[in-house]
Amino acid sequence: MLGLVVVVAVLTTATLGGLLYRSRSGRLTSASAAELPPGLLDGAGEGVTLLHFSSATCGPCRQVRAVCTDLSTAMAGVRHVEIDADEHLDAARELDIWRLPTLLVVDRRGRIAQRAVGVPDRAALSAVVSEVLAA
Amino acid sequence: MSLDPRGPRFSAAITTLLFIVVLLTGSGWLALFQALVFAIGTYDPRRTPWGLIYRYLVAPRLGPPDGREDAAPVRFAQGVGLAFTVVAVAGYLSGATVVGLAASGFALAAAFLNAVFGLCLGCEAYLLIARLRGRTT
Repeated sequence: MLGLVVVVAVLTTATLGGLLYRSRSGRLTSASAAELPPGLLDGAGEGVTLLHFSSATCGPCRQVRAVCTDLSTAMAGVRHVEIDADEHLDAARELDIWRLPTLLVVDRRGRIAQRAVGVPDRAALSAVVSEVLAA
Repeated sequence: MSLDPRGPRFSAAITTLLFIVVLLTGSGWLALFQALVFAIGTYDPRRTPWGLIYRYLVAPRLGPPDGREDAAPVRFAQGVGLAFTVVAVAGYLSGATVVGLAASGFALAAAFLNAVFGLCLGCEAYLLIARLRGRTT
């Protein structure tokens, strides 16, 4: 009987937790326009940089890579830079990156406009990039 | 070593069902069997009974995966599963049923999140630990 209670309680809690995880995963949120650590990105350039923190052991990073490559090809003034978080631990700590993939949308002044943990939706990311480009 | 990412998820689905049965029956012996499965998984997740079922019965019907993933986080996660399951086995077989229930409950939560939502808690822990230690695999 107690076992049944545990099963029901665990499945309910895990479902709620999983739904929360799913709703947050890949969602773009505005960052507080924090500056990047100096030297992390050479030449902020004219447009938007999709700064993608990945690692060799990260599965979903592949999907983020595909979305970013796609957007940087399709949109003018967008570039995709991938950084291995394991090789840039200090930057990852400074930028408060705990989970991979993390994607930072960096504006032309080198400030972080938006960030997403997980795989962002292509359309949502495209809209955000257009906004940051126009800003 | 790299894996078809659907394999561990399939295994997690079977593990979820197994832990539901463990919790409903209080069978320490069934938990012990899953402990052995996890033990094999820490060595090679493809060679566990669930991994073999996936490889020979399920995968051939699915077509090739979109990509493969590194086995290291999965192996670590199997180790975490093993630790919880060993506690569950010890609890049930020694008569400390509450310990068995609690440990099985955690294992069920982790397996369920992996199977249904693709969230592998042990894998996330592995990445975090690797990052904090400042080394790659």
